[in-house]
Amino acid sequence: MSNPQQLRYSKEHEWLSAAEDGVSTIGITEHAANALGDVVFVQLPEVGDTVTAGEPCGELESTKSVSDLYAPVTGEVTEVNQDVVDDPALVNSAPYEGGWLFKVRVADEPGDLLSADEYAAFTGE
Amino acid sequence: MSDSPRRTALDSVHRALGATMTDFAGWEMPLRYGSERDEHNAVRTRAGLFDLSHMGEITVTGPRAGELLDRALVGHLSAVPVGRARYTMICDESGGILDDLIVYRLGEEEYLVVANASNAQVVLDALTERLDGSGLTGAAVRDDRDAYALLAVQGPQAPAVLAELTDADLDGLKYYAGLPGTVAGVEALIARTGYTGEDGFELFVAPGDAEALWRALTEAGADAGLVPCGLSCRDTLRLEAGMPLYGHELTRSTTPFDAGLGRVVKFDKPGDFTGRTALEAAAGRAVENPPRKLVGLVAAGRRVPRAGYAVVGADGSVIGEVTSGAPSPTLGRPIAMAYVDAAHAAPGTGGVAVDIRGTHEPYEVVALPFYRRER
Repeated sequence: MSNPQQLRYSKEHEWLSAAEDGVSTIGITEHAANALGDVVFVQLPEVGDTVTAGEPCGELESTKSVSDLYAPVTGEVTEVNQDVVDDPALVNSAPYEGGWLFKVRVADEPGDLLSADEYAAFTGE
Repeated sequence: MSDSPRRTALDSVHRALGATMTDFAGWEMPLRYGSERDEHNAVRTRAGLFDLSHMGEITVTGPRAGELLDRALVGHLSAVPVGRARYTMICDESGGILDDLIVYRLGEEEYLVVANASNAQVVLDALTERLDGSGLTGAAVRDDRDAYALLAVQGPQAPAVLAELTDADLDGLKYYAGLPGTVAGVEALIARTGYTGEDGFELFVAPGDAEALWRALTEAGADAGLVPCGLSCRDTLRLEAGMPLYGHELTRSTTPFDAGLGRVVKFDKPGDFTGRTALEAAAGRAVENPPRKLVGLVAAGRRVPRAGYAVVGADGSVIGEVTSGAPSPTLGRPIAMAYVDAAHAAPGTGGVAVDIRGTHEPYEVVALPFYRRER
Protein backbone atom coordinates (compact mmCIF):
# COMPACT_ATOMS: atom_id res chain seq x y z
CA MET A 1 0.00 0.00 0.00
CA SER A 2 1.15 3.54 -0.53
CA ASN A 3 0.87 6.40 1.87
CA PRO A 4 0.37 9.76 0.18
CA GLN A 5 3.66 11.66 0.15
CA GLN A 6 2.10 15.06 0.92
CA LEU A 7 0.69 13.90 4.27
CA ARG A 8 2.37 13.51 7.61
CA TYR A 9 1.71 10.65 10.00
CA SER A 10 1.52 9.91 13.72
CA LYS A 11 2.70 6.75 15.43
CA GLU A 12 -0.94 6.20 16.46
CA HIS A 13 -1.70 5.80 12.74
CA GLU A 14 -3.43 9.09 12.01
CA TRP A 15 -2.60 11.18 8.98
CA LEU A 16 -2.53 14.97 8.82
CA SER A 17 -2.73 17.16 5.76
CA ALA A 18 -0.60 20.26 5.21
CA ALA A 19 -2.42 23.21 6.76
CA GLU A 20 -4.51 25.47 4.56
CA ASP A 21 -5.26 28.77 6.31
CA GLY A 22 -4.04 27.06 9.48
CA VAL A 23 -6.51 24.15 9.19
CA SER A 24 -5.42 20.54 8.70
CA THR A 25 -7.52 17.52 7.80
CA ILE A 26 -7.09 14.35 9.87
CA GLY A 27 -7.90 10.72 9.20
CA ILE A 28 -6.58 7.25 9.93
CA THR A 29 -4.13 5.50 7.68
CA GLU A 30 -4.84 2.63 5.31
CA HIS A 31 -2.58 0.49 7.49
CA ALA A 32 -4.77 1.23 10.51
CA ALA A 33 -8.00 0.72 8.56
CA ASN A 34 -6.79 -2.67 7.35
CA ALA A 35 -5.76 -3.67 10.85
CA LEU A 36 -9.18 -2.72 12.24
CA GLY A 37 -11.22 -4.50 9.59
CA ASP A 38 -14.66 -3.20 8.63
CA VAL A 39 -15.29 -0.03 10.60
CA VAL A 40 -18.92 0.10 11.74
CA PHE A 41 -19.05 3.12 14.03
CA VAL A 42 -17.04 6.28 14.45
CA GLN A 43 -17.35 8.71 17.29
CA LEU A 44 -15.70 12.02 16.48
CA PRO A 45 -15.00 15.11 18.54
CA GLU A 46 -17.47 17.96 18.12
CA VAL A 47 -16.90 21.21 16.26
CA GLY A 48 -15.48 23.68 18.77
CA ASP A 49 -13.82 21.00 20.92
CA THR A 50 -10.15 21.41 21.65
CA VAL A 51 -8.17 18.25 20.99
CA THR A 52 -4.72 17.62 22.41
CA ALA A 53 -1.90 15.92 20.54
CA GLY A 54 -1.48 12.33 21.69
CA GLU A 55 -4.78 12.28 23.61
CA PRO A 56 -7.87 10.22 22.69
CA CYS A 57 -10.57 12.33 20.99
CA GLY A 58 -12.94 9.69 19.65
CA GLU A 59 -13.51 6.02 18.94
CA LEU A 60 -13.51 3.67 15.99
CA GLU A 61 -15.43 0.41 16.25
CA SER A 62 -14.91 -2.51 13.94
CA THR A 63 -16.41 -5.97 13.88
CA LYS A 64 -13.82 -7.30 16.27
CA SER A 65 -12.64 -4.39 18.35
CA VAL A 66 -12.90 -0.82 19.50
CA SER A 67 -9.97 1.58 19.24
CA ASP A 68 -9.36 5.07 20.50
CA LEU A 69 -8.88 7.79 17.95
CA TYR A 70 -5.92 9.99 18.90
CA ALA A 71 -5.42 13.60 17.96
CA PRO A 72 -2.12 13.97 16.09
CA VAL A 73 -2.00 17.70 16.85
CA THR A 74 -3.42 20.19 19.34
CA GLY A 75 -6.09 22.62 18.22
CA GLU A 76 -9.75 23.46 17.80
CA VAL A 77 -12.02 21.22 15.75
CA THR A 78 -13.49 23.24 12.87
CA GLU A 79 -15.37 20.54 10.96
CA VAL A 80 -16.26 16.85 11.24
CA ASN A 81 -17.03 14.50 8.36
CA GLN A 82 -20.74 13.71 8.68
CA ASP A 83 -20.50 11.37 5.68
CA VAL A 84 -18.17 9.06 7.58
CA VAL A 85 -20.43 9.15 10.65
CA ASP A 86 -23.32 8.05 8.42
CA ASP A 87 -21.24 5.54 6.46
CA PRO A 88 -18.23 4.37 8.50
CA ALA A 89 -17.21 1.98 5.70
CA LEU A 90 -15.64 5.05 4.02
CA VAL A 91 -12.77 4.66 6.48
CA ASN A 92 -11.94 1.34 4.82
CA SER A 93 -12.75 2.18 1.22
CA ALA A 94 -11.15 5.64 1.05
CA PRO A 95 -9.08 6.33 4.16
CA TYR A 96 -7.20 9.27 2.56
CA GLU A 97 -10.18 10.77 0.74
CA GLY A 98 -13.87 10.38 1.56
CA GLY A 99 -12.96 8.65 4.82
CA TRP A 100 -11.31 11.71 6.39
CA LEU A 101 -12.51 12.28 9.98
CA PHE A 102 -12.19 15.87 11.16
CA LYS A 103 -10.40 19.20 10.64
CA VAL A 104 -8.42 21.12 13.21
CA ARG A 105 -7.13 24.67 13.44
CA VAL A 106 -3.63 23.68 14.50
CA ALA A 107 -2.36 25.45 17.61
CA ASP A 108 0.57 23.17 18.30
CA GLU A 109 2.04 20.04 16.85
CA PRO A 110 4.41 17.50 18.34
CA GLY A 111 7.89 17.17 16.92
CA ASP A 112 7.61 13.49 16.12
CA LEU A 113 5.22 13.43 13.16
CA LEU A 114 6.50 11.17 10.40
CA SER A 115 6.92 11.57 6.68
CA ALA A 116 5.28 9.03 4.37
CA ASP A 117 8.53 7.11 4.03
CA GLU A 118 9.22 7.21 7.76
CA TYR A 119 5.68 5.97 8.44
CA ALA A 120 6.13 3.14 5.93
CA ALA A 121 9.31 2.13 7.72
CA PHE A 122 7.51 2.43 11.10
CA THR A 123 4.76 0.04 9.99
CA GLY A 124 7.26 -2.26 8.31
CA GLU A 125 5.74 -1.91 4.86
CA MET B 1 3.15 -28.96 23.04
CA SER B 2 5.22 -26.16 21.61
CA ASP B 3 4.26 -22.54 22.18
CA SER B 4 4.37 -21.48 18.57
CA PRO B 5 0.96 -21.63 16.92
CA ARG B 6 0.16 -24.56 14.67
CA ARG B 7 -0.53 -24.07 11.00
CA THR B 8 -3.15 -25.94 9.01
CA ALA B 9 -2.53 -27.81 5.77
CA LEU B 10 -3.98 -24.77 3.97
CA ASP B 11 -1.64 -22.23 5.52
CA SER B 12 0.19 -21.34 2.32
CA VAL B 13 -3.14 -20.97 0.49
CA HIS B 14 -4.35 -18.44 3.07
CA ARG B 15 -1.13 -16.46 2.86
CA ALA B 16 -1.21 -16.41 -0.93
CA LEU B 17 -4.76 -15.05 -0.69
CA GLY B 18 -3.51 -12.24 1.55
CA ALA B 19 -5.45 -13.36 4.60
CA THR B 20 -5.15 -11.52 7.87
CA MET B 21 -4.13 -14.31 10.22
CA THR B 22 -4.96 -14.59 13.90
CA ASP B 23 -3.87 -16.81 16.75
CA PHE B 24 -6.91 -18.87 17.73
CA ALA B 25 -6.72 -21.62 20.35
CA GLY B 26 -3.10 -22.30 19.52
CA TRP B 27 -3.62 -22.24 15.75
CA GLU B 28 -2.75 -19.59 13.23
CA MET B 29 -6.05 -19.20 11.38
CA PRO B 30 -7.41 -16.83 8.74
CA LEU B 31 -9.40 -14.05 10.41
CA ARG B 32 -10.52 -12.54 7.09
CA TYR B 33 -9.32 -12.31 3.53
CA GLY B 34 -10.85 -8.94 2.68
CA SER B 35 -13.92 -7.36 4.22
CA GLU B 36 -15.48 -9.59 6.88
CA ARG B 37 -18.86 -8.02 6.17
CA ASP B 38 -18.62 -9.03 2.51
CA GLU B 39 -17.63 -12.55 3.57
CA HIS B 40 -20.58 -12.69 5.94
CA ASN B 41 -23.00 -11.53 3.26
CA ALA B 42 -21.57 -14.01 0.75
CA VAL B 43 -22.47 -16.88 3.10
CA ARG B 44 -25.97 -15.48 3.67
CA THR B 45 -26.69 -14.97 -0.03
CA ARG B 46 -24.29 -17.18 -2.02
CA ALA B 47 -21.54 -19.38 -0.59
CA GLY B 48 -18.40 -19.21 1.53
CA LEU B 49 -15.43 -21.53 1.91
CA PHE B 50 -13.85 -22.00 5.35
CA ASP B 51 -10.75 -23.75 6.70
CA LEU B 52 -11.78 -25.25 10.03
CA SER B 53 -8.85 -27.60 10.41
CA HIS B 54 -8.27 -26.38 13.96
CA MET B 55 -11.30 -28.36 15.15
CA GLY B 56 -10.36 -31.42 17.19
CA GLU B 57 -11.35 -34.88 15.95
CA ILE B 58 -11.52 -37.88 18.28
CA THR B 59 -12.58 -41.31 17.05
CA VAL B 60 -14.36 -43.76 19.33
CA THR B 61 -14.56 -47.33 18.09
CA GLY B 62 -15.59 -50.78 19.22
CA PRO B 63 -18.72 -52.77 19.93
CA ARG B 64 -19.36 -50.72 23.06
CA ALA B 65 -18.39 -47.32 21.63
CA GLY B 66 -21.99 -46.11 21.83
CA GLU B 67 -22.27 -47.21 25.43
CA LEU B 68 -19.09 -45.36 26.34
CA LEU B 69 -20.40 -42.15 24.74
CA ASP B 70 -23.76 -42.56 26.51
CA ARG B 71 -21.86 -42.68 29.80
CA ALA B 72 -19.40 -39.90 29.00
CA LEU B 73 -21.64 -37.36 27.24
CA VAL B 74 -25.09 -35.94 28.03
CA GLY B 75 -26.64 -37.24 24.80
CA HIS B 76 -27.98 -40.65 23.80
CA LEU B 77 -25.41 -41.52 21.16
CA SER B 78 -26.05 -45.27 21.01
CA ALA B 79 -29.49 -44.42 19.64
CA VAL B 80 -28.14 -42.35 16.75
CA PRO B 81 -28.50 -44.18 13.42
CA VAL B 82 -25.40 -44.80 11.32
CA GLY B 83 -24.89 -41.83 9.01
CA ARG B 84 -26.48 -39.30 11.34
CA ALA B 85 -24.99 -36.72 13.71
CA ARG B 86 -25.96 -35.06 16.98
CA TYR B 87 -25.15 -31.80 18.68
CA THR B 88 -24.26 -32.71 22.26
CA MET B 89 -22.11 -31.73 25.25
CA ILE B 90 -19.63 -33.20 27.66
CA CYS B 91 -20.05 -32.10 31.27
CA ASP B 92 -18.17 -32.57 34.51
CA GLU B 93 -19.64 -34.17 37.63
CA SER B 94 -21.11 -30.84 38.75
CA GLY B 95 -22.91 -30.39 35.43
CA GLY B 96 -20.50 -27.74 34.14
CA ILE B 97 -19.92 -27.80 30.38
CA LEU B 98 -16.46 -29.01 29.33
CA ASP B 99 -17.28 -28.58 25.65
CA ASP B 100 -20.04 -28.68 23.09
CA LEU B 101 -19.57 -31.32 20.42
CA ILE B 102 -20.86 -32.71 17.19
CA VAL B 103 -20.78 -36.51 17.16
CA TYR B 104 -21.12 -38.36 13.86
CA ARG B 105 -21.97 -42.04 13.81
CA LEU B 106 -19.82 -43.32 10.98
CA GLY B 107 -20.56 -47.03 11.50
CA GLU B 108 -22.15 -49.49 13.89
CA GLU B 109 -18.93 -49.43 15.89
CA GLU B 110 -17.41 -46.08 14.97
CA TYR B 111 -18.12 -42.51 16.05
CA LEU B 112 -16.33 -39.27 15.18
CA VAL B 113 -16.39 -36.71 18.01
CA VAL B 114 -15.60 -33.15 16.91
CA ALA B 115 -14.51 -30.83 19.70
CA ASN B 116 -13.61 -27.15 19.75
CA ALA B 117 -9.91 -26.54 19.17
CA SER B 118 -9.55 -24.91 22.57
CA ASN B 119 -11.02 -27.94 24.32
CA ALA B 120 -9.84 -30.85 22.20
CA GLN B 121 -7.26 -31.98 24.74
CA VAL B 122 -9.73 -31.66 27.62
CA VAL B 123 -12.29 -33.74 25.74
CA LEU B 124 -9.72 -36.34 24.73
CA ASP B 125 -8.49 -36.64 28.33
CA ALA B 126 -12.04 -36.82 29.72
CA LEU B 127 -13.11 -39.51 27.25
CA THR B 128 -9.98 -41.53 27.96
CA GLU B 129 -10.44 -41.19 31.72
CA ARG B 130 -14.10 -42.07 31.54
CA LEU B 131 -13.30 -45.10 29.44
CA ASP B 132 -10.68 -46.24 31.94
CA GLY B 133 -12.98 -45.48 34.88
CA SER B 134 -15.91 -47.33 33.38
CA GLY B 135 -14.19 -50.67 33.20
CA LEU B 136 -15.76 -51.04 29.77
CA THR B 137 -13.92 -53.30 27.39
CA GLY B 138 -14.82 -53.14 23.76
CA ALA B 139 -14.37 -49.41 23.24
CA ALA B 140 -11.30 -47.39 22.28
CA VAL B 141 -10.63 -43.65 22.13
CA ARG B 142 -8.24 -42.38 19.46
CA ASP B 143 -6.75 -38.91 19.00
CA ASP B 144 -7.38 -38.12 15.31
CA ARG B 145 -6.56 -34.41 15.39
CA ASP B 146 -3.73 -34.85 12.92
CA ALA B 147 -5.69 -37.22 10.72
CA TYR B 148 -8.08 -34.62 9.34
CA ALA B 149 -8.24 -31.27 7.67
CA LEU B 150 -11.73 -29.75 7.75
CA LEU B 151 -13.18 -27.53 5.03
CA ALA B 152 -16.68 -26.08 5.12
CA VAL B 153 -18.83 -24.84 2.26
CA GLN B 154 -21.70 -22.80 3.63
CA GLY B 155 -24.51 -20.81 2.09
CA PRO B 156 -27.56 -21.26 -0.12
CA GLN B 157 -25.40 -22.10 -3.14
CA ALA B 158 -23.35 -24.71 -1.23
CA PRO B 159 -25.34 -27.73 -2.50
CA ALA B 160 -24.99 -26.63 -6.12
CA VAL B 161 -21.26 -25.98 -5.74
CA LEU B 162 -20.59 -29.31 -4.08
CA ALA B 163 -22.80 -31.21 -6.54
CA GLU B 164 -20.39 -30.22 -9.32
CA LEU B 165 -17.61 -32.15 -7.59
CA THR B 166 -19.25 -35.27 -6.24
CA ASP B 167 -21.55 -38.12 -7.19
CA ALA B 168 -22.66 -38.48 -3.58
CA ASP B 169 -26.41 -38.22 -3.00
CA LEU B 170 -26.51 -34.71 -1.56
CA ASP B 171 -30.28 -34.45 -1.92
CA GLY B 172 -30.62 -37.50 0.30
CA LEU B 173 -28.18 -36.10 2.86
CA LYS B 174 -30.27 -34.49 5.58
CA TYR B 175 -29.24 -31.75 7.99
CA TYR B 176 -27.04 -33.34 10.67
CA ALA B 177 -26.18 -36.35 8.54
CA GLY B 178 -22.84 -37.47 7.13
CA LEU B 179 -21.65 -40.02 4.62
CA PRO B 180 -18.33 -41.07 3.18
CA GLY B 181 -17.84 -40.06 -0.43
CA THR B 182 -15.49 -38.67 -3.02
CA VAL B 183 -15.27 -34.93 -3.69
CA ALA B 184 -13.07 -33.74 -6.56
CA GLY B 185 -11.31 -37.11 -6.47
CA VAL B 186 -10.61 -36.76 -2.76
CA GLU B 187 -11.96 -39.18 -0.16
CA ALA B 188 -14.06 -37.24 2.30
CA LEU B 189 -16.57 -37.54 5.06
CA ILE B 190 -19.33 -35.30 3.72
CA ALA B 191 -21.45 -33.87 6.53
CA ARG B 192 -24.43 -31.55 6.25
CA THR B 193 -23.51 -29.49 9.27
CA GLY B 194 -22.24 -26.01 9.95
CA TYR B 195 -22.08 -23.08 12.29
CA THR B 196 -23.47 -20.30 10.16
CA GLY B 197 -27.25 -20.66 10.19
CA GLU B 198 -27.18 -21.54 6.49
CA ASP B 199 -27.38 -24.77 4.56
CA GLY B 200 -23.95 -26.20 3.90
CA PHE B 201 -21.44 -28.95 4.27
CA GLU B 202 -18.37 -29.82 6.27
CA LEU B 203 -15.78 -31.98 4.54
CA PHE B 204 -13.34 -34.02 6.63
CA VAL B 205 -10.35 -35.03 4.51
CA ALA B 206 -6.75 -36.13 4.89
CA PRO B 207 -4.52 -33.06 5.40
CA GLY B 208 -2.57 -33.96 2.26
CA ASP B 209 -5.75 -33.62 0.20
CA ALA B 210 -6.88 -30.32 1.66
CA GLU B 211 -5.21 -28.01 -0.82
CA ALA B 212 -6.49 -29.87 -3.90
CA LEU B 213 -10.00 -29.85 -2.46
CA TRP B 214 -9.81 -26.14 -1.58
CA ARG B 215 -8.76 -25.31 -5.15
CA ALA B 216 -11.46 -27.50 -6.67
CA LEU B 217 -14.15 -25.89 -4.49
CA THR B 218 -12.87 -22.40 -5.29
CA GLU B 219 -13.07 -23.15 -8.99
CA ALA B 220 -16.45 -24.90 -8.83
CA GLY B 221 -17.87 -22.03 -6.78
CA ALA B 222 -16.56 -19.16 -8.87
CA ASP B 223 -19.73 -18.69 -10.89
CA ALA B 224 -21.92 -18.97 -7.81
CA GLY B 225 -19.92 -16.21 -6.08
CA LEU B 226 -18.23 -18.43 -3.50
CA VAL B 227 -15.52 -16.58 -1.57
CA PRO B 228 -12.97 -17.68 1.04
CA CYS B 229 -14.19 -16.79 4.51
CA GLY B 230 -12.34 -16.28 7.77
CA LEU B 231 -13.14 -16.83 11.43
CA SER B 232 -14.33 -13.24 11.88
CA CYS B 233 -17.42 -13.75 9.74
CA ARG B 234 -17.89 -17.24 11.14
CA ASP B 235 -18.37 -15.55 14.52
CA THR B 236 -20.94 -13.02 13.29
CA LEU B 237 -22.76 -15.72 11.31
CA ARG B 238 -23.09 -18.01 14.33
CA LEU B 239 -24.06 -15.09 16.55
CA GLU B 240 -26.90 -14.05 14.22
CA ALA B 241 -28.01 -17.69 14.18
CA GLY B 242 -28.08 -17.68 18.00
CA MET B 243 -25.52 -20.46 18.25
CA PRO B 244 -23.43 -20.52 21.43
CA LEU B 245 -19.64 -20.37 21.43
CA TYR B 246 -17.59 -22.16 24.05
CA GLY B 247 -15.79 -19.70 26.31
CA HIS B 248 -18.56 -17.17 25.79
CA GLU B 249 -22.08 -18.55 26.27
CA LEU B 250 -20.82 -21.95 27.43
CA THR B 251 -18.28 -22.39 30.21
CA ARG B 252 -17.37 -24.85 32.90
CA SER B 253 -19.50 -22.84 35.33
CA THR B 254 -22.64 -23.04 33.18
CA THR B 255 -24.83 -26.10 32.72
CA PRO B 256 -26.69 -26.88 29.48
CA PHE B 257 -29.90 -25.76 31.26
CA ASP B 258 -28.42 -22.36 32.15
CA ALA B 259 -27.67 -21.89 28.44
CA GLY B 260 -31.23 -22.79 27.44
CA LEU B 261 -29.94 -26.00 25.85
CA GLY B 262 -31.35 -28.50 28.34
CA ARG B 263 -32.84 -30.41 25.42
CA VAL B 264 -29.42 -31.94 24.69
CA VAL B 265 -29.42 -33.72 28.08
CA LYS B 266 -31.10 -37.11 27.69
CA PHE B 267 -32.12 -38.25 31.17
CA ASP B 268 -34.20 -41.10 29.72
CA LYS B 269 -31.22 -42.92 28.20
CA PRO B 270 -30.21 -46.18 29.86
CA GLY B 271 -27.53 -46.16 32.54
CA ASP B 272 -25.75 -43.44 34.43
CA PHE B 273 -23.71 -40.65 32.88
CA THR B 274 -21.22 -38.11 34.12
CA GLY B 275 -23.01 -35.17 35.69
CA ARG B 276 -26.50 -36.75 35.85
CA THR B 277 -27.24 -35.89 39.50
CA ALA B 278 -26.08 -32.30 39.19
CA LEU B 279 -27.89 -31.86 35.89
CA GLU B 280 -31.18 -33.14 37.33
CA ALA B 281 -30.90 -30.46 39.97
CA ALA B 282 -30.02 -27.87 37.31
CA ALA B 283 -33.06 -28.90 35.26
CA GLY B 284 -35.33 -28.33 38.26
CA ARG B 285 -33.71 -25.00 39.06
CA ALA B 286 -34.12 -23.81 35.48
CA VAL B 287 -37.90 -24.27 35.80
CA GLU B 288 -38.53 -23.16 39.39
CA ASN B 289 -35.91 -20.55 40.07
CA PRO B 290 -33.79 -19.73 37.06
CA PRO B 291 -30.72 -17.68 37.89
CA ARG B 292 -30.00 -15.85 34.66
CA LYS B 293 -31.26 -16.60 31.18
CA LEU B 294 -29.50 -16.37 27.84
CA VAL B 295 -31.20 -13.74 25.70
CA GLY B 296 -30.66 -11.75 22.55
CA LEU B 297 -30.13 -8.00 22.63
CA VAL B 298 -30.57 -5.66 19.68
CA ALA B 299 -29.17 -2.14 19.81
CA ALA B 300 -31.19 0.99 19.30
CA GLY B 301 -27.96 2.82 18.43
CA ARG B 302 -24.76 1.91 16.71
CA ARG B 303 -22.25 1.27 19.47
CA VAL B 304 -21.18 -2.34 19.69
CA PRO B 305 -21.44 -4.41 22.86
CA ARG B 306 -18.49 -6.71 23.62
CA ALA B 307 -18.12 -9.81 25.77
CA GLY B 308 -17.91 -8.88 29.44
CA TYR B 309 -19.84 -5.60 29.22
CA ALA B 310 -22.51 -5.18 31.90
CA VAL B 311 -26.21 -5.22 31.08
CA VAL B 312 -28.03 -2.66 33.22
CA GLY B 313 -31.67 -2.01 34.11
CA ALA B 314 -33.61 1.24 34.03
CA ASP B 315 -32.23 2.22 37.44
CA GLY B 316 -28.67 1.58 36.32
CA SER B 317 -28.23 -1.58 38.39
CA VAL B 318 -26.38 -4.49 36.82
CA ILE B 319 -28.82 -7.16 35.64
CA GLY B 320 -26.56 -9.25 33.44
CA GLU B 321 -23.49 -9.60 31.27
CA VAL B 322 -22.83 -9.69 27.54
CA THR B 323 -21.22 -12.94 26.39
CA SER B 324 -20.87 -12.16 22.66
CA GLY B 325 -21.50 -8.98 20.71
CA ALA B 326 -20.92 -7.72 17.20
CA PRO B 327 -22.31 -5.50 14.50
CA SER B 328 -24.84 -7.65 12.64
CA PRO B 329 -24.45 -7.32 8.88
CA THR B 330 -27.89 -8.85 8.30
CA LEU B 331 -29.80 -6.70 10.80
CA GLY B 332 -27.64 -3.63 10.21
CA ARG B 333 -27.43 -3.04 13.94
CA PRO B 334 -25.27 -4.28 16.80
CA ILE B 335 -26.49 -7.46 18.47
CA ALA B 336 -25.42 -9.43 21.51
CA MET B 337 -26.09 -12.54 23.48
CA ALA B 338 -26.19 -11.97 27.21
CA TYR B 339 -27.09 -13.69 30.45
CA VAL B 340 -29.64 -11.50 32.23
CA ASP B 341 -31.66 -11.90 35.43
CA ALA B 342 -34.84 -13.86 34.73
CA ALA B 343 -37.01 -10.86 35.63
CA HIS B 344 -35.60 -8.96 32.65
CA ALA B 345 -35.33 -11.87 30.21
CA ALA B 346 -38.71 -11.78 28.49
CA PRO B 347 -38.59 -10.62 24.87
CA GLY B 348 -39.75 -7.02 24.64
CA THR B 349 -38.55 -6.12 28.13
CA GLY B 350 -37.90 -2.40 28.10
CA GLY B 351 -35.47 -0.21 29.95
CA VAL B 352 -32.51 -2.50 29.29
CA ALA B 353 -29.16 -1.00 28.40
CA VAL B 354 -25.59 -2.11 27.90
CA ASP B 355 -22.83 -0.23 29.65
CA ILE B 356 -20.53 0.56 26.76
CA ARG B 357 -17.43 2.05 28.32
CA GLY B 358 -19.44 4.17 30.75
CA THR B 359 -22.40 5.08 28.55
CA HIS B 360 -25.70 3.23 28.96
CA GLU B 361 -26.81 2.44 25.42
CA PRO B 362 -30.44 1.26 25.06
CA TYR B 363 -31.02 -2.31 23.90
CA GLU B 364 -34.12 -4.38 23.25
CA VAL B 365 -34.44 -7.93 24.62
CA VAL B 366 -35.39 -10.33 21.81
CA ALA B 367 -35.84 -14.08 21.43
CA LEU B 368 -32.98 -16.02 19.84
CA PRO B 369 -32.01 -16.51 17.08
CA PHE B 370 -31.64 -13.10 15.47
CA TYR B 371 -31.70 -14.70 12.04
CA ARG B 372 -33.39 -17.82 10.70
CA ARG B 373 -32.95 -18.86 7.10
CA GLU B 374 -35.95 -19.50 4.90
CA ARG B 375 -36.30 -23.16 4.08
